[in-house]
Amino acid sequence: MAGRGRGRGRGQLSFCMEAVGIGKGENLPPSTVQPTQLFPPLEHKPVPLQTGEEAEYMLALKQEFRAAMKTLPFYVRPAAPKKDVERYSDKYQNTEPSDNTTEWSPESTVVPKHSKQPRVDKEEIIRKLETLEKKEEEVSSDEEEGEKKKTEEEEAEGEEEYDEEEFEEETDYIMSYFDNGEDFGADSDDNMDEAIY
Amino acid sequence: MTVQEVRLCGLLLQEHFGEVVEKVGTELLRSGALNLRALAHQTGIQLDLVKKSLCVLAQHSMCVFGPGRRGPGGPVEYTVNSERILYMLRYPRYIYTAKSLYGDTGELVIEEILQRGQMTMSSTVKTVADRLTHSMEDGQSMEYSEVIAAFTRLVETHFLQRCPLMDNAGAAGRTSSAVSESPAPAAAPPVQPENFPDCYKIPQIHLTGRGKRRRSSEDGDAEERGTKKAKVDSAAVCGDEGIYWQVNFERFHLHFRHQAIISAVASKLDQTSSEIVRTMLRLSEVTTPANATYTQALSANEIFRALPASYNIGRPILDQYLTLLVDDPMEFVSKTGDSGGGMYVVNLHRALANLARATLESVVQERFGSRSARIFRLLLRKRHLEQKQVEDFAMIPAKEAKDMLYTLLSENLVQLQEIPKTPDYAPSRTFYLYTVNQLPTARLLLQNCYKAVGNLIERRLFETKENKRHLEKSQRIEAILASLQASGADAAQLTEVEEMITPPERQQLEALRHHINKLDSSENQVDETIFLLESYISSTSSSR
Repeated sequence: MAGRGRGRGRGQLSFCMEAVGIGKGENLPPSTVQPTQLFPPLEHKPVPLQTGEEAEYMLALKQEFRAAMKTLPFYVRPAAPKKDVERYSDKYQNTEPSDNTTEWSPESTVVPKHSKQPRVDKEEIIRKLETLEKKEEEVSSDEEEGEKKKTEEEEAEGEEEYDEEEFEEETDYIMSYFDNGEDFGADSDDNMDEAIY
Repeated sequence: MTVQEVRLCGLLLQEHFGEVVEKVGTELLRSGALNLRALAHQTGIQLDLVKKSLCVLAQHSMCVFGPGRRGPGGPVEYTVNSERILYMLRYPRYIYTAKSLYGDTGELVIEEILQRGQMTMSSTVKTVADRLTHSMEDGQSMEYSEVIAAFTRLVETHFLQRCPLMDNAGAAGRTSSAVSESPAPAAAPPVQPENFPDCYKIPQIHLTGRGKRRRSSEDGDAEERGTKKAKVDSAAVCGDEGIYWQVNFERFHLHFRHQAIISAVASKLDQTSSEIVRTMLRLSEVTTPANATYTQALSANEIFRALPASYNIGRPILDQYLTLLVDDPMEFVSKTGDSGGGMYVVNLHRALANLARATLESVVQERFGSRSARIFRLLLRKRHLEQKQVEDFAMIPAKEAKDMLYTLLSENLVQLQEIPKTPDYAPSRTFYLYTVNQLPTARLLLQNCYKAVGNLIERRLFETKENKRHLEKSQRIEAILASLQASGADAAQLTEVEEMITPPERQQLEALRHHINKLDSSENQVDETIFLLESYISSTSSSR
C-alpha cells in the first residue's frame, strides 16, 4: 500500500489529508510558486516605540558613545592605499591616517609575552649564520689569495703572451678569428701599386 | 555560533572599532581559534594591523589567548568571545543604570571604563573629574575625592571588578611598593575574575586635587604652566599601577533581572507587592549566587523589618500580601517553611520562564492577531492537542482555526507531533498533535531578534551613506557658524551662512535625523527582549 503512491501520483502527499483537517474538495489557498516578497505587506502594524525620558536619554547615550569611540585610539583605520606613482605633492600632503594608536600602548598584561623559544632559536640561527659567514670569508679570501698569486706569476712571463693566454683562458673563441686591426697598416709601406680594399 | 550572531558581532565591531577589527573579529568567530600567522593569512591584512586589532580586542576583553593545540611550545592561539561583543548593544542601558543608582559621577565612571575596556583607578578619576569640571559653571571644579567616593561605592556593590592578571611572571614584578597588595594568583590558566581573592579590593592611592578645566583660547600661558604641572603630576606614581578595573557585566545583568521581576509583579498585582518583592531581592542579593534557582529563604519577620520606612503597613497586612503572592499563578514567591512567621523565597528561574512565556505570547499576538495568540496560549497550557480539540477549546470556527494553525506552523512557532497507532506510520492511523515547546521557540525568537538588530544597523548605515553629502555639508556649515560666532561676527553674516542650506535640504536632514533616531531606539528596545530571552535560555541550561 505504501508503495502505490510513489512515482505514480505526483500530487499525493505522504500523510492523509483528512487527519490534518483538510476535507475533500475544499478550496485551499493557491500554492506559492515564487519566493516571498522582500517587503511583504504587514497585516498587523507594529506597536509604536517606547518614548519617554528614559528612552530618549538612552538614545542620546548611544549616539554619543558611538561618536566618542571613533575618536579613541581603539578605532583602527585601514592602511592608506598605495598610489601608482610617487607624486611631487606627496611630500607636502599628510595623507597617512593619523596614527592615534601612539596615544595608547597595550599593557603587557593584555598582550601575551610570546615565549622565549623563538628568540632562542633566532639567536642560534644568527650565531650559525655568523659562523657560516666567517667560513665563507675565509674560503673566499683563500680563493682570492690563490688568484692573486697566479696573476702575479703570469705577469712575470711576458705581457703580450700573457695577455693572449689569459684571454684564451677566459673566452671560448680563438683569438685569431677576429682581426683586431693591428696588422692593418703594417704591410702598406711595401707595395704602393696594389690597391687596398 | 549562528550566522545571525556572527553578522551582528561583525556590525557592532565595525561601528565601534572600524573595518580592520571587524574583519579580524569575524574571521576568528568563524574559524574558532587561530594563531597569528594563520589569521593574517586568512584575512589578507598586514601583520601589524592584525596585531593592533588583537590588542584592541584583548583590551576590551573580547579576545582571549592561550596555548594552542600544539601545547605550550607552539604558537599562541586567539579566540573571540561573542557574548562579550553582543554586550556592546547594551552599553547605554548599563550607563543609564549607573546614572540612576549613583548619579552623574557614577555614570561617567562607567562610561569611561566601557569606552576604554580597562582602566586604572587613578586615570579614571582624573578623566571623570576633568569631564565634570568641564560641564560645571565657571569657577567650580570637581574634587577628586568625590569621584573616588563614587568609584569606591561602585566597587563595593560589585559593579566594577579588577581585571584578572594574565602573566604571572610579570605580575610579581609589577606590584609596586606603594601598593599594599595581594600575591598574584598561583594558577597558570586564565583566571576568572571572581576567583581572584582581591577582586573587589580598592588599592591605596595617593591622589588629591581637583578636575582641570580646558580653556579654549584665553589664559594660554596659565594653561601651559598648568599642563606642565599636570604632566609632572601624572608622571608621579599614584600607587596603583598595574591594577586595572573592568565593568562587572554579570552584576548589571542580575540587577536587570531583578528589575524585570519587580516590574512584572507591579503590573500584575500592585505597587506594595512589588515593594515587598524588591525588599526580598535586596536582602538576598549578597547571599544568593548569581544563577540560583531561587533566593535564600527569608522569614516574614526579616522582611517586615527591612521594608522601607515609607511603607508602614501593618504586620497582618504584610502576611496577607505574602499569601497573595504565593497564591498567584505566576508563582513569583513560594512558601518553604513556617518558622519565623513563614519562610519565603523568590523563584527566580520560574519568574524568568514566565516572563519569557509572556514575551512569546505577546510576539504572536502582535504578529498574527489575538485569536492566533489564543490558540498559542492554549497549546502552551495544554501541551498536545489535536486539530479538532484546538477548534473546540479555542472557540474559533474550524476554517479560521485551521488557517491560523497552518500560519503558525509555517513560521515554526507550533510543531506537529506524530503518534502512530501502527508501526507503519500510516496516515489514516496516526494521531497528529499540535504542540508548542517553549525553549526551542524562545531560541528561535532570539535568533530573530539578532537578525532584526542586524537589519536595523544595516539600514541605519545605508541611510547615513545615502545622505553623506548632505551630512557633510551641514557639518561644514555648523563649523563655519561656530567659528564665526566665536570670533564675534554680526547677525547678518550668521544668517547668510545659515541660508547656505536650502529649505528642502533642511527638511531632508530633519527626516534623516528622525529616521536614524527611530532606528537607534528600536535597537535599544529589541535589546531588552534579547536580554530577557537570553536570561531565560541560560537559566534553563544551568538548572539542567
